Amino acid sequence: MAPVDDGRGDDGREGAGRGHDGRSDDANKADAAEAMATRELLRFLTCGSVDDGKSTLIGRLLYDSKLIFEDQIAQLAADSAKYGTVGDDIDLALLVDGLAAEREQGITIDVAYRYFATAQRAFMVADAPGHEQYTSNMATAASTVDCAVILVDATKGLLPQTKRHSHICARFGIRHVVLAVNKIDLVGFDETTFATIVDAYAAFAEGLGFHDVTAIPLSARHGDNVTLPSARMPWWKGPTLLARLETLTVTDTADAVPLRFPVQWVNRPDAGFRGYAGTLASGAIACGDEVMVFPAARQTKIAQIITADGAPPRARAGEAVTLVLEDDVDVARGDVIASPSARPIVSDQFAAHVLWMGSTPLLPGRTYHMRIGMHWTSAMVTALKHKVDIETGQPLAARKLDVNEIGLCNLSTPTNIVFDAFADNPHTGSFILVDRGTNATIAAGMIDFELRRASNIFMEALAVDKAARASIKQQRPCIVWFTGLSGSGKSTIARLVEMKLFKRGQHTYMLDGDNLRHGLNRDLGFTQADRVENIRRVGEVAKLFVDAGQIAICSFISPFRAERQMVRDIVDAGEFVEVFVDTPLDECIKRDPKGLYAKALKGEIKNFTGIDSPYEAPARADMRIDTVDVSADAAADQVIAWLEANGHIA
Amino acid sequence: MSTITPPAIAAESTDATAAQSPAHLRRLENEAIHIMREVVASFEKPVMLYSIGKDSSVMLHLALKAFYPATPPFPFLHVDTTWKFREMITFRDAAMAKRGLDLIVHTNEEGLRQGINPLTSGSSVHTDVMKTQALKQALDHHRFDAAFGGARRDEEKSRAKERIFSFRSADHGWDPRAQRPELWRLFNTRVERGQSIRVFPLSNWTEVDIWQYIAAEGIEIVPLYLAARRPVIEREGTLLMVDDERLTLRPGEVVEQRQVRFRTLGCYPLTGAVESDATTLEAVVAETVGVRTSERHGRLIDADEAASMERKKREGYF
Ligand SMILES: Nc1nc2c(ncn2[C@@H]2O[C@H](COP(=O)(O)OP(=O)(O)O)[C@@H](O)[C@H]2O)c(=O)[nH]1
Repeated sequence: MAPVDDGRGDDGREGAGRGHDGRSDDANKADAAEAMATRELLRFLTCGSVDDGKSTLIGRLLYDSKLIFEDQIAQLAADSAKYGTVGDDIDLALLVDGLAAEREQGITIDVAYRYFATAQRAFMVADAPGHEQYTSNMATAASTVDCAVILVDATKGLLPQTKRHSHICARFGIRHVVLAVNKIDLVGFDETTFATIVDAYAAFAEGLGFHDVTAIPLSARHGDNVTLPSARMPWWKGPTLLARLETLTVTDTADAVPLRFPVQWVNRPDAGFRGYAGTLASGAIACGDEVMVFPAARQTKIAQIITADGAPPRARAGEAVTLVLEDDVDVARGDVIASPSARPIVSDQFAAHVLWMGSTPLLPGRTYHMRIGMHWTSAMVTALKHKVDIETGQPLAARKLDVNEIGLCNLSTPTNIVFDAFADNPHTGSFILVDRGTNATIAAGMIDFELRRASNIFMEALAVDKAARASIKQQRPCIVWFTGLSGSGKSTIARLVEMKLFKRGQHTYMLDGDNLRHGLNRDLGFTQADRVENIRRVGEVAKLFVDAGQIAICSFISPFRAERQMVRDIVDAGEFVEVFVDTPLDECIKRDPKGLYAKALKGEIKNFTGIDSPYEAPARADMRIDTVDVSADAAADQVIAWLEANGHIA
Repeated sequence: MSTITPPAIAAESTDATAAQSPAHLRRLENEAIHIMREVVASFEKPVMLYSIGKDSSVMLHLALKAFYPATPPFPFLHVDTTWKFREMITFRDAAMAKRGLDLIVHTNEEGLRQGINPLTSGSSVHTDVMKTQALKQALDHHRFDAAFGGARRDEEKSRAKERIFSFRSADHGWDPRAQRPELWRLFNTRVERGQSIRVFPLSNWTEVDIWQYIAAEGIEIVPLYLAARRPVIEREGTLLMVDDERLTLRPGEVVEQRQVRFRTLGCYPLTGAVESDATTLEAVVAETVGVRTSERHGRLIDADEAASMERKKREGYF
């Protein structure tokens, strides 16, 4: 086996370690087996910026815990020569870089889980990557662990990633943090550098709500203060990283908070037995306890708690058991058996922070599959309040959420669901959203509070309404209103826009003079009054299309501001998109595709816009299109881009 | 509602041993039971892969616990290459019959007809045809939409990133980039028709955990895991057990009686034995805590480069 430069043996640290450290010693083995009989499991994650040394640190923990096997060391020596970054040394990071693709890129791209154990504890490490676009992996790791080890490179100090990751840890409910100030060897084991970083982190983390933060100066590569105390930092009186992890007391709120038992599976082997299998999300339960089954809020009692090992009188958080109830109440998977004195919230409207993981953005109005506890339902994002700056935690205005962004949303479900605020109970306040087309998991959600609304909202939520219709079409409906002189190019651009939208799978309908004046508006001429009535009818028809969830594309000269405003007023805010096709009159006269200007100029057509009837250019159009310098196709692309940027289409 | 008088299952387990299980094993046990119930509640036709090894014994034990007092509501599938140790087959049939479980044994008949075998076809061809292809055949034939496997993340580096619920395309492929994040305990169990999942309830267990759990719960395992004098030959640095007459000796090879045991069990010509005096479970646990080679070391299919397992997985090897 190749040498690892960790100074082992020359500073008397060898053997200063732990009870299981003597492989050749049978007594030690027996002790280890003995100690293991009572130890607990600690799950922690490691995170930090790329190259802060996570992989090296985990490799070091595994290596020093003697968990690396001889064949793996041989493999490692071969790999170090091929992929390593540390010259002739064994590159400990390679121990934990799993997949071939990422190894070739030299970055960690996914969450990897590692296991090691000491006499005191069994450990699971979730290795969360540092690369910016993989925030969701980091969050995934955070959702399943008890503690976070956040790495900081001593030569660089706090980086944006350090802050982002700390925010994610805090938001996902991690209470215990170890700040591992790594590469301390590169700053000469300097106490002041360490103290400066610790002070900066303390100031930053103040408002994050961590229960405890322990900072430790260490060198993952050389092993100082990882599993063994360092002789090179006599000033450090604190624990090693491993000692800290071995002694950390997890303040799991699950035991303390009230009983929540999401029913996972109804066990009915025969007509004589009906039990409700599940895992206690929180609290404790005992035979004879009064409980309530939600959302129906039916009262009953626990008759029996069943496990294959017997019928224990009580069970506590985390235990997978089967409950038999005293009364013959109707209970299904997804229901929650809970304490009647501390009830969960039952509602169909709530506000939640959502971490978006989808490749297409979150858009208000969309509906997704939702899983909360054991319950699958659908949920519509009714509003996006703001997104959160992950570095500072500050709210930012937003119309959509892109991948790796966190935002505060309102959501509504078709029927009542049972939940608690995430802050009160992470086990019943967390949910995921799943894309209805691809079945991909696209969001992690944490409920903040119930939205109390008038009860009629409930009826409305059940109705097939505009939002519901729009949602299944995966778009935010609107009227795209093209206005401009005759011959300006409105209809050409409008048709191209419709074609492009159609190709993208959007639902559209085009309204123009041709299809309306031949039918619905057959009775109208071109007098001032008839023009107004024409536009009024077009507006009403377009509104119906919007209500049907469509994107209505309208192309009308519509020369008067008042009429366009009239249409804007009959639909909801944001649903009228005014596109001013701004082609100068001379240019239109020059183009004159239908020979109309020629006739009008000769007086053969009366009330012709631009000639003997005014065109009131929009003062604040949503878009202005210049057709002199831009092709119709490029103009159509501009419109599409605008619709996308404003969340009408994804 | 009527109540029942437990316990009726798990002849091997008693209240006393259960109470002694370490806290971390309890946590792992609860997690595995939770996962198994989740699959049964969410899928139409699950199956549990049963390879007769120690991990399968633990899986079976957990399944009996998870659905108690019902029996596990799914069949067990053994993909038989016809090269398993004879003791494994005896053990399998007894374990299933004793509990009245539904066992499906599938062999790739086409592979048999082609004469594929571990001795002359080579380990990778044999594994591909008789294990990987055979498994796909069985899953397709029975239209199982979820298959439980006993794989652990600690077994091999590429497995460290495997999800508990691992999605497979209609042709059983695994794409490491298209796996779903697993948040909290909120597993996304939605699949399209034709897609299926492999579920690994023992993902977070280590080899030591498995042994400790077997000891604590008194789970029956194939006796080959305990050291005994067995007829072995040494071939290319590996100790192979001569389990039947199909293993023909090469010049210079002699059958010796040696005190050996197995850390994993597979096809006997591909499974290396280790010399050991661990004749009891306690001794095996103690030996495992101090062991210096990884468990897969004895499996000849892994002897090539590190990325091999990942490639096999993409191709549908469990
Ligand atoms: N000098 C020194 N280098 C380190 C230390 N820890 C990690 N490194 C080096 O920093 C680089 C990045 O480490 P790696 O573990 O791959 O970082 P990751 O991206 O956070 O996983 C590698 O070249 C390591 O050898 C340390 O404590 N001291």
